[in-house]
Amino acid sequence: MTATATPEAPAEVDLGGEARSRRADWGFRALVTAAGLTVLAVLGLILVTTSLRGWPAFEEEGLLGFITGTRWAPNDDVFGTFPMLYGTLVTSLIAMIIAVPVSIGIALFITEVAHRRTRKYIVTVIDLLATVPSVVFGLVAILVVVPVITPAYQGFANLVSPVPGLNAIFDDSNTGRNYITAALVLAIMAIPIITSIAREVFATVPETDKQAAYALGATRWEMVKGAILPHSFGGLVGASMLGLGRAMGETIAVALVIGGATSMSANLFEPGNTMAAIIAQQWGESSGLHQDALIAIGVELFAITVIINFLARVVVRRAEIKMKGAHS
Amino acid sequence: MKLNRRAIIGGITAGTLAFGLAACGGGGDEEGGSGDLASGEINASGASFPDAFYAAAIEAYAEVNPDLMVSYNATGSGTGKSEFGEGLNDFAGTDSLVKDDDGVEAGSFQYIPTVAAPITVSYNLPGVDALQLPQDVLAGIFGGTVTTWNDPTIAAANPDATLPDTAITLAVRSDGSGTTTNFSKFLEAASPDVWTLGSGDTIEWPGNAVAGEKNTGVAQIIQDTEGAIGYVDLADATESGLVTASIENADGAFIAPTLEGATAALDGAQVEADLSYNPLNAAGAEAYPITAPTYILIRTEYDDPNVAAGVKEFVNYLLTDGQDLAAENNFAALPTGLRDQAVEALNSTIAD
Repeated sequence: MTATATPEAPAEVDLGGEARSRRADWGFRALVTAAGLTVLAVLGLILVTTSLRGWPAFEEEGLLGFITGTRWAPNDDVFGTFPMLYGTLVTSLIAMIIAVPVSIGIALFITEVAHRRTRKYIVTVIDLLATVPSVVFGLVAILVVVPVITPAYQGFANLVSPVPGLNAIFDDSNTGRNYITAALVLAIMAIPIITSIAREVFATVPETDKQAAYALGATRWEMVKGAILPHSFGGLVGASMLGLGRAMGETIAVALVIGGATSMSANLFEPGNTMAAIIAQQWGESSGLHQDALIAIGVELFAITVIINFLARVVVRRAEIKMKGAHS
Repeated sequence: MKLNRRAIIGGITAGTLAFGLAACGGGGDEEGGSGDLASGEINASGASFPDAFYAAAIEAYAEVNPDLMVSYNATGSGTGKSEFGEGLNDFAGTDSLVKDDDGVEAGSFQYIPTVAAPITVSYNLPGVDALQLPQDVLAGIFGGTVTTWNDPTIAAANPDATLPDTAITLAVRSDGSGTTTNFSKFLEAASPDVWTLGSGDTIEWPGNAVAGEKNTGVAQIIQDTEGAIGYVDLADATESGLVTASIENADGAFIAPTLEGATAALDGAQVEADLSYNPLNAAGAEAYPITAPTYILIRTEYDDPNVAAGVKEFVNYLLTDGQDLAAENNFAALPTGLRDQAVEALNSTIAD
């Protein structure tokens, strides 16, 4: 709220002389800079060490072969990671398709519609959801959801079987451990994150904008559409990106429910695997080149996360320029 | 705060030292007859497959010699071996033999077989409570060429069973696993013409496979999927109440997975000079063909004589009195001949 206001020059406080305060200022600056650099250093070191250890796998397959190869066969020293890349992207994308609208809905409900007292309870519950460990989500999914939902999947597959296109995506399967179940779990895990940030973003919309929309005769929905959403677009993309980051990196919950197949399928009711999950699944017994390849997957996942975040930033910048241009 | 913490750590270290010294003094008195018992700490890591047996043995041994603290960390055979190579553990547990790229130097270790266990082929097919699977049919099922339960090859081996046309779902391991290694090695040995997927701790399973985490994950899939069939160790199959199939052995007999069948397989197995042996598809009318061995790797040279004595004492216990704990944890004890060989190897590797 006050973040956008230019900070006023702090009132002069005597800390025992000009020199001492300058020294304190310098010390503070050095400390904070060091803290900031630590993040960069840690990230850089992770990248360097993992790349070094994963190098033999990249060398064996070639960088392109490692990323685009569709066969993962540690027995034969063949390491193609495309099925896992596909699994990561598909499950995260579906999770976002579910989680983003739901989260924005919850956030709008909290900030604009809910009564002050209900608001408090909902916020608490959402924050609680964010603290549940992912392994708990995975176990609930596998012990409770999977046995119940499998017939529902089959029912849906039967329902859409005459529709071309859809029947390839939702085809027969004999298991509930598949892309969709993993995506559902990821969506539920991403919702609290996206909701909390979206709520903060909506709270920064100036009250005057909202009142202005009402004054022009806007209904509540028109006010949300005309005043809140354009103002919050960048923040909402940021919120979604954090959720996406969580979804792409989530390991244990996905490892439990995705079915661990190293093949890929357009049928979302078939088992698959993700990059993070396969590392966790296969690490224990791995050795030699297999282990290098698992580390290399980590590097690949890191690179893809960076690329996606970069793209998101570009999207936000472009959209903001467009919107601000249209409004001013 | 910092000072406080340091003081606490110091206190703990001093306490441990004092305790250790006191323990050293007391060690000899308790077991007068058998000479001085080792004391100190032994850290081991490796295969998760025999973890239940090792855990029981460690607990029982703590009563025999409370001064020797043994810990076994079930990290998986691969991690156990690489930690062994890096000198991070005092002995390693492994289900698979040492390969060139495991990080363990040739000549730096000795295999000590400890126990073995049958790997069951468990299934979920309501109305069918007995199933006989010839080796080629089993390879066909897990290789993806036999895809429904009423397949003529299954029906031919089970004339009395009413087999439905349910699709077969394979329940396999999502984690790299010594159980997978042994199961695929068996199929490779038993049915080389039908089984084309090779062997290893991960297999490229056909499209009708669903993978679960560890033995319990596979058991869970079998339980909640009608038409599922998978490989699970005996302990977890028993605990989950799974129905198990009888598997054709090398002599052509159909044998149910039992500890007796596993021991019979050990009797029929050829033991190599380095004490590695292969009980998979072993000869013998009573032998259960999918019996998996597990080993401990001990070092040929220990830097610390106390550690050497501790390892020797505990591994010796595993091979002698500890064997009695095998059956109650669903593992098969070693036959006497192999046990004697193992004790002999232990004694010659770690001299007193």
